[in-house]
Amino acid sequence: MEFFVISIIKAAVVAFALLTTLAYLQWVERKVIAHIQVRLGPSRVGPHGLLQPLADVIKLITKEDLIPPYVNKFVYLLAPFLAVTMSLISISVIPFGSEIQVFGHTTWMQLTDLNIGLLFILAVSSMGVYGIALAGWASNNKYALLGGLRSSAQMISYELPLSLAIAAPLLLVNTLSLREIVQKQAGSILNWNVLPQIVSFFVFVIAGFAETNRVPFDLPEAENELVAGFHTEYSSMKFAAFFMAEYGNMVTITCITAVLFLGGWQPLFPAAWGSNYVPVVLFAAVGALAIYHGLHPARRRDRLTLPVFGAVSLVLAVLFLLPPLQQALIPLFWFVAKVGSLLFVFIWVRGTLPRFRYDQLMGFAWKVLFPAALLNLLVTAFVVAWRS
Amino acid sequence: MSGVPLAWYLILSAVLFSLGIAGFLFRKSVITIFMSIELMLNAVNLSFVAFSYQLKQVNGHIFTFFVMVVAAAEAAVGLAIILTVFKNRSTLNVDELNSMKN
Amino acid sequence: MDVILFLIFAIIAVVCAVNVVVQTHPISSAISLIGVMASLAVLYLLLGAEFIAMAQIIVYAGAVMVLFVFVIMLLNAGAESKRGRSLMAQLLGMPLLIAFLALASYFIQRLYPTGAIVHFGVFQGGSAQSVGMALFTTYLLPFEVTSVLILIGIVGAVVLARKELP
Repeated sequence: MEFFVISIIKAAVVAFALLTTLAYLQWVERKVIAHIQVRLGPSRVGPHGLLQPLADVIKLITKEDLIPPYVNKFVYLLAPFLAVTMSLISISVIPFGSEIQVFGHTTWMQLTDLNIGLLFILAVSSMGVYGIALAGWASNNKYALLGGLRSSAQMISYELPLSLAIAAPLLLVNTLSLREIVQKQAGSILNWNVLPQIVSFFVFVIAGFAETNRVPFDLPEAENELVAGFHTEYSSMKFAAFFMAEYGNMVTITCITAVLFLGGWQPLFPAAWGSNYVPVVLFAAVGALAIYHGLHPARRRDRLTLPVFGAVSLVLAVLFLLPPLQQALIPLFWFVAKVGSLLFVFIWVRGTLPRFRYDQLMGFAWKVLFPAALLNLLVTAFVVAWRS
Repeated sequence: MSGVPLAWYLILSAVLFSLGIAGFLFRKSVITIFMSIELMLNAVNLSFVAFSYQLKQVNGHIFTFFVMVVAAAEAAVGLAIILTVFKNRSTLNVDELNSMKN
Repeated sequence: MDVILFLIFAIIAVVCAVNVVVQTHPISSAISLIGVMASLAVLYLLLGAEFIAMAQIIVYAGAVMVLFVFVIMLLNAGAESKRGRSLMAQLLGMPLLIAFLALASYFIQRLYPTGAIVHFGVFQGGSAQSVGMALFTTYLLPFEVTSVLILIGIVGAVVLARKELP
């Protein structure tokens, strides 16, 4: 009984955090891409555009929910539901931190730990193809159908290098459970899987770009190519569902990269060398800098926002000093730092690279990535067999 | 907490298998017939796994694994054949694919 | 708890299987078949076959059925027409099917009266490690032969489905 209550509370917390992250991830993306392109991005709705996601949500909810009369209704409504469900389910096996004690109950910062956790992630991402393929078909529109077929062909082609890139670090950690994968990378950065498996890391990240339909692999939903690809005929909340699914997939892929290659919630260097104070120092430095600049802001409107930001940062720095909160916050800090850096790389690539043509994209998967992942697996297997 | 009798799993497998046979015999579209074959293979997989539980051995799982692999290869080749047949005859109705009869 | 889970997913599997057979449009049959495979995966989990359950979703529901859905979309297969059904099949089909299933259930029940009771978590030998050990030691030859079989399947599919050169 206690198990059920704890699980429900954890599920509610994770769901709330995830949905807020997805909404604000869109804000981060728009701001970062804007600054890469030397413009401002959303800056009117609330300070620095921080209320923009709220405005977008209100707009999408209140838009007219149109179902075109010529579509296959059941499949048309099933497709965004499948896409969103599959992208949100994968979060349930990702470990955010170590074991914590809350009000006398001991629990892990992970919704559930399956001993086949990694296979579960692969299974859920295979099912995510259906949302896109069925959306393209159900719209009864040749552009949507083409976009849907291209996108799902791309996703299943890149699942192969993805799975092979996952198999190589599995030879090193000998377990499919995500919790144990993170625990085996304890120590410092030298124990993480990224250094022995650097080829695998790059193959996984590139295949991850393709799995989530992000630039440079986003031809199927490019705006100037196929009208809007597979979600041409979708409006309001169903369109929002597809966008949430895309960001959710992005978060899932970055979380898996962090867990599998970058050591999950393990710190960069051991706690004995003082890694517990890194978040404190970081937030204190940021807070001090923000308040110092807030006294003489370069722009008039930063007169209020910079000091507030600095104050929030200093409060966070103090929170990291309190022992009861440290056991939960410090692993979470490292995990969020790694996932955040990877998400920044995703957004950075979007603002920088042009997109692949479709035949180049498929040729790259089958002729470059797949042999590279296979060779890497072979070499890793030889080294592991020779060592033991 | 009572468990589920193994016989129920076997009955479910029989039900799915006979539904697969019914679909195989009664449907006219080649693709639906093919899907009924996949349904039959799934039913057999279920009974393999059920017996593997009873005998507490992993061999049933291995058999299921091989059935899945063979079904995947068969689906790939079979669908390629269906594509070729459609290209030549422009129909997916098995009653009309009878140019070798009489 | 086990009984409730089994009943829910068994009923979903049977309803989806009936849907596969009854629906006229191939896409609806394909989606129902995906539903059957997903509920069967849960039943495998209840039987302790965790690796096979995930393999079912990854391979069967996530790859083979995607192939089916692609082919249905490419061929633009429409709904079947309803003419040409024999009267005897319509009258006798359903009762005979139910009679056959009742007979089969009775005999299965008789063969396993107090046989194994399936509890979740009793059989621990279905993990990836045990399946892998058996695959790579006892069943190595069939494993290698199936890889050749898949190669044959790939070559056959590519040859059959490619465009004719003018």
